[in-house]
Amino acid sequence: KVTWRIFKKSIENQQVFICRLNEACVCVCVCVCVCFSTCQGHSFPFEDRGRVVPRTTGRWADPPDCELLAFGLRLLPIRSTFLQQSVQAVFRSLATLEKTVEKCHIELDADRNRLTFTLHCKHGLLKTHNLSFQDSESLQAVFDKDSSTNVLKAQPRVLTDTVLNFPPSLDEVTVTVSDERVWFRNHVDQEAEPSKAMLTELCLSSDEFDHFEVRARSSVTFCLKELRGLLVFAESTGLPVSMYFDKPGSPVVLSVTDSVLDGNFVLATLSDESGVQTSDRTGTPAPPADDFMNDELESYLIAMDTSMAAGPSVPAPLAPGRVVSPTATPDPWSPAHSEPGEDLTEEEEEPGRPPNKKFRSLFFGSVYPPGSPLGGHTPSSQKVLASDSEDDG
Amino acid sequence: MPLSTQSQTDDAQYILVASLDNARNISNILKAITFKDHAIFSATPNGLKVTVEDSKCLQANAFIQADIFQEFTIKEDSVGFQVNLTVLLDCLTIFGGSTVPGVSTALRMCYMGYGYPLTLFLEEGGVVTVCKINTQEPEEPIDFDFCSSNVTNKVILQSESLKEAFSELDMTSEVLQITMSPNQPYFRLSTFGNSGNAHYDYPKDSDMMELFQCTKTQINRYKMSLLKSSTKALALSCKVSVRTDSRGFLSLQYLVRNNDGQICFVEYYCCPDEEVGDD
Repeated sequence: KVTWRIFKKSIENQQVFICRLNEACVCVCVCVCVCFSTCQGHSFPFEDRGRVVPRTTGRWADPPDCELLAFGLRLLPIRSTFLQQSVQAVFRSLATLEKTVEKCHIELDADRNRLTFTLHCKHGLLKTHNLSFQDSESLQAVFDKDSSTNVLKAQPRVLTDTVLNFPPSLDEVTVTVSDERVWFRNHVDQEAEPSKAMLTELCLSSDEFDHFEVRARSSVTFCLKELRGLLVFAESTGLPVSMYFDKPGSPVVLSVTDSVLDGNFVLATLSDESGVQTSDRTGTPAPPADDFMNDELESYLIAMDTSMAAGPSVPAPLAPGRVVSPTATPDPWSPAHSEPGEDLTEEEEEPGRPPNKKFRSLFFGSVYPPGSPLGGHTPSSQKVLASDSEDDG
Repeated sequence: MPLSTQSQTDDAQYILVASLDNARNISNILKAITFKDHAIFSATPNGLKVTVEDSKCLQANAFIQADIFQEFTIKEDSVGFQVNLTVLLDCLTIFGGSTVPGVSTALRMCYMGYGYPLTLFLEEGGVVTVCKINTQEPEEPIDFDFCSSNVTNKVILQSESLKEAFSELDMTSEVLQITMSPNQPYFRLSTFGNSGNAHYDYPKDSDMMELFQCTKTQINRYKMSLLKSSTKALALSCKVSVRTDSRGFLSLQYLVRNNDGQICFVEYYCCPDEEVGDD
C-alpha cells in the first residue's frame, strides 16, 4: 500500500515527521497529518519501494496538485527537519509556482536515496531538484473519516469569519457540537490563571453549514494554526471544508475535495484524559452533554461569570479513571501512536495534575453539582462548557 | 537652474564635466556593481567606465555612454581616478533617492585632475549640495584577456528567465556550474548544496533564448560567492549575454535600460573555479 515514505525524527521536540506518498495519498504527519490524494487519472507517478522498480515512468501531476502538494509540505511545523527544508526550497515561492510551473514530476530512486522533483516551467525551462534523504522508522496515520460520527461541511468564508475572532496567538480551539449548533471557543491552557483568561465563544447555527450531521454530541480541541492554514487554501480555491470527528482524543479530519483532488488534514485532538489514565487509550469518554438549545445566552453568560469568580476554589468535579466510553472502538490513531502523549504534542497534560482543564471545573462546577448526571449521556470527566438544562428535564 | 549658472565660471578648470538630469540613472547602475568599496573610473570621450574587482577573480564593468549624460566634456583622451564607491553612492542619493515621479536629483560631476577630489553638485527642489570625494591613485584593472575571437559558447537570454533561476539558487552550494553545449542539456545551471543538487535547463529553442551559439561542450564551475554579486545587475537588466571562452572564463553582459529608455551595459568577468570533468 505504502509506496514510499520519508521519515525524520526530531529528537529535540519529540515530534515525528512523516512524508508518505503512495498512489492515492501524499501524507505529511506530525501531530498534524496532511494527506493529499488525487483522483483517478491524475495520480502522482510513484514507485513502489517494496518492490524493486528501477525507475518510474509515471504520469504527470497537474499544477493544482503541485500547488496542493507544495502547500501541504509548507505546512510542516518542524523547523529542524532537513528534508523538509529541502523540499520547501523546491517550492519556495508558491506565487511563481502557480504562474510558471506547467508540470511536476516526482520520482523516488530508492537505491540512491534520492528524491527528484522535476518542474516543467514556462518557456521550456526545466528545473530538476535531486534531494537526498535518509529513510527512517515508519509512522502512519490511520483514519477513516467516513465512519466519523459528526460531519460538518461549510464554505471556507463561514469558518474564516469565525476563526478571525480569535487572537493570532491562540494555539487551540475547541469545537463543540450539539444537534443544531456548533460552538467555537478558545481553549484555555490548564496552567493559565483562570481569572486572567479571556474566553471567546462563537455559536453557529446548523443553517450556516452546507452539511450538518451530528450523531453524537461532542467537543474536540485541536490546533487552530492548521485550521487557519487550511482555510487560506480553501478560500483561495473556493472549496468547501468538511470536518469529520468523533470524540476527544481521536483525530479530526479536515478535508477539501473536488473532482481532481482530495486533501485531508488529520489533526490530533486533545485527549480528555489526564496523565493518570495514560495506559488506557480506549477509555476516552463519550462526548460531553452540551445542549444549549433552550438556554438564553444571558443565563449562560451569568453562569460563566459566576464560574469565573468561583473558579479557583471549585474542585474538579469528577474523579479520573471512572469513565468508560460506550463506544470503545480502537483508536484509529493508535497504530501510529501507541503513546497518547504523542498525540498531544504541544498540549500534554502532566501526570498528577487535576484531571481536567481548569475551565471545566470553572463552568461545570458552578453550574452543576459535581458529578451530576447529564441526561442520556455517559457522564464524562470532560469539560462541559455550557449548561445543560434540557437534558436535565 | 543653479547648476547651470554656477558651472559656467568654473568649467575651465575641470578636465571632466558630466551632467545628468536624473542622478538615479547613474546611481542605479553603480549600485549594481557595488560589491567592493573601491571603484576605478576611467573616462574617455565615449563615456565612463566604472570597474570594481573582487579577489582578482571577478571584475565588473559598468559602461555609461557619453550620450546618457546631458553634458559630457572631457579635455583629455582618457581620465582615470579611483574613489570609494559606497561614498559616491551615498552622495548621489543624498536627497533620499526619491522615486516620486517628477522629482529627481540633478547631478553635475566635475573632476579637476590628478590629486583633486571628485566634485558633485546635486540639486533637488532648489536645494544644492556640493560633495567632494577624495580620489585615490587609480589601480590598473585586471586584464582578463577575454576576446570575442576566443569565445566558444555564447547564449543571449531574456533576463526574466535567469532572474527566477538566480533567485532560487541554492546558496548552500559553493559553486555554480554552468554547462553550455551544442547538444543536450544546451544551457544548464547547476548547484550542489547540502540538500542535494539542482539543475536549471534552458532548451535552445526556448522563447527566452534570443541567441544560441554553442560550438563545444563546456562545463565550468564558478564561485557562487562571486557570481552572487552579479544578481543586482541581473535584476536591472532586460537581456543577458553569457559567454565562455576556450579557457572557461565567463563573461556576463547585462543590457540595462534606464527610465528614459537609454541603454547601458554592465559586464562581469569571472574566472572558473577549477577544472571539472563530466558530472
